[in-house]
Amino acid sequence: MSRLNINKTYKLYIGGKFPRTESSRYYPITNTKGDLIANMCLASRKDFRNAVVIARKVQESWASTSALNKGQILYRIAEMLEGRKEQFIEELVLQGTTKKAAQIEVETSIDRLVYYAGWSDKYQQFFSTVNPVSSAHFNFTNLEPTGVVSIIAPENQGLLGLISVIAPAIIGGNTVIVLASENIPLSAISFAEVLNSSDVPGGIVNILTGKREELISHMASHMDVNAIIYCGTDKNDIKTISELASNNVKRTIFYKKSDWLNNNNESPYFIEKTQEAKTTWHPVKV
Amino acid sequence: MIKDFSKIPTYDTLGVNERVDRFSKRSIKNSSKIEGLKLALSMIDLTTLEGNDTKGKVEQLCYKAMHPHNTLQGLPTVAAICVYPPFVSVAKKALQGSKINVASVATAFPSGQSDLKIKLADTKFAVDQGADEIDMVISRGKFLSGDYQYVYDEIVAVKEACGKAHLKVILETGELETLDNVRKASEIAIQAGADFIKTSTGKIQPAATLPVTYVMLDTIKDHFIKTGKMIGMKPAGGISNSKTAFQYLIMLNEILGEKWMNNKYFRFGASSLANDILMQLVKSETGFYQSANYFSKD
Repeated sequence: MSRLNINKTYKLYIGGKFPRTESSRYYPITNTKGDLIANMCLASRKDFRNAVVIARKVQESWASTSALNKGQILYRIAEMLEGRKEQFIEELVLQGTTKKAAQIEVETSIDRLVYYAGWSDKYQQFFSTVNPVSSAHFNFTNLEPTGVVSIIAPENQGLLGLISVIAPAIIGGNTVIVLASENIPLSAISFAEVLNSSDVPGGIVNILTGKREELISHMASHMDVNAIIYCGTDKNDIKTISELASNNVKRTIFYKKSDWLNNNNESPYFIEKTQEAKTTWHPVKV
Repeated sequence: MIKDFSKIPTYDTLGVNERVDRFSKRSIKNSSKIEGLKLALSMIDLTTLEGNDTKGKVEQLCYKAMHPHNTLQGLPTVAAICVYPPFVSVAKKALQGSKINVASVATAFPSGQSDLKIKLADTKFAVDQGADEIDMVISRGKFLSGDYQYVYDEIVAVKEACGKAHLKVILETGELETLDNVRKASEIAIQAGADFIKTSTGKIQPAATLPVTYVMLDTIKDHFIKTGKMIGMKPAGGISNSKTAFQYLIMLNEILGEKWMNNKYFRFGASSLANDILMQLVKSETGFYQSANYFSKD
């Protein structure tokens, strides 16, 4: 008798746990032949709201985690991902990527995590300045995390795109709520399992699967979210986000790239996007 | 003299848990939700019971009680301000001209470990300062060691010391171990003359829970059926969001009915619930989820 496969239930990742969507809804993911691969949670605005509550709660303690420790944690994610490389390649192939492209994508993802892990204790020196002023003050500027960040992950490259936008945001001390690629969402939830076993405290990264059209307005309008990163080119989406984000002067970041493999897509400037510059005037010679 | 406790009902904890579980699965939407939020806001005893309370902090809280929000129209005020006795006069003065009551904790709150004479003096001080309501604690140690008469007599004495002030009796259910004990303590408090029975001081975990509140409401119901007298209920501690508050209101409506659905007979002892309600109301008006950053802390 042949064995019955035990298929994975893909759920959401909120606050270090894997809950089903509170709405009980789902949407099917099929392969290129039209066969069902998995039913994904169709997250609702309430799932998003719950994630924001948790992301807010842990943001301060994550921001005050030492740069060294944050770097170690990111490196640990890379280590865990390396160990499960084959699974991620297989999963991408299942979702329609060619074997070769999948391998390159997974390897680049791991390298990208290591890249940002390295920047953890360096970006501050890179961007901070001592400013010349004409009074008796020592004047300097350094960076602080923006806070809670909504991310609409790239629609293509379900794993690499996701990691390329999450890594710079969290290494800078932000906590994030990410909407995974609508059509390639499996890798995002499997990546959540990697996060969950990599010493990343619960709530730093929260991953939802669902429809952009349903969630974008809430991700842009939530008053307790401080920045929103949108990956895509839809003009209406960009307009909606820009308008709604203005209510609490949310920082808006738009990435129109379609290929995240390129080395141009890793730089400390991605970290700087979700940082706030603070300038301090310190009296001298008094 | 208190009555024989051998005949009071006992509770099956699993059964009570099953029953209250259902109260947490109702969905209240749109205009009903807005009405419910306003009702819950009007039932709040806005509370500050900290060692570091100051005159300024109490005044700030009173201002918040009278003006919950700057822009929202048609909001009720909260029911009362709940403070330690030394701040009663401060609150009384700050709330002048409003209909908001001043409640004071007394009787060696929160432990209740003191002599009766001191407890009565504590109560009288609060009443003399102008407290409209007194929140007393029962002697849990005496209760647990079976000295029910002592607990009863103490409540009677405090009730007398209250004069015209309403008396809320805190059972501190987190220390009573079983639901049957909660029932017994509720019976004693009601018989001894409590106007309200209240779950917790907020200083002990667990504070208010749905199961203990269920038992207390059930006691109030039986008392009403027998005597026709309405006793009030105040769950306190740990009710920090609207969703939880709604579960209590749903239970209240189902067990005691509409007559109890007002701040004369039901109160929430809470400090952060008010802000959550305001955030929900602003959300309903604007459609945007709110941030605590835009609401006053006290």
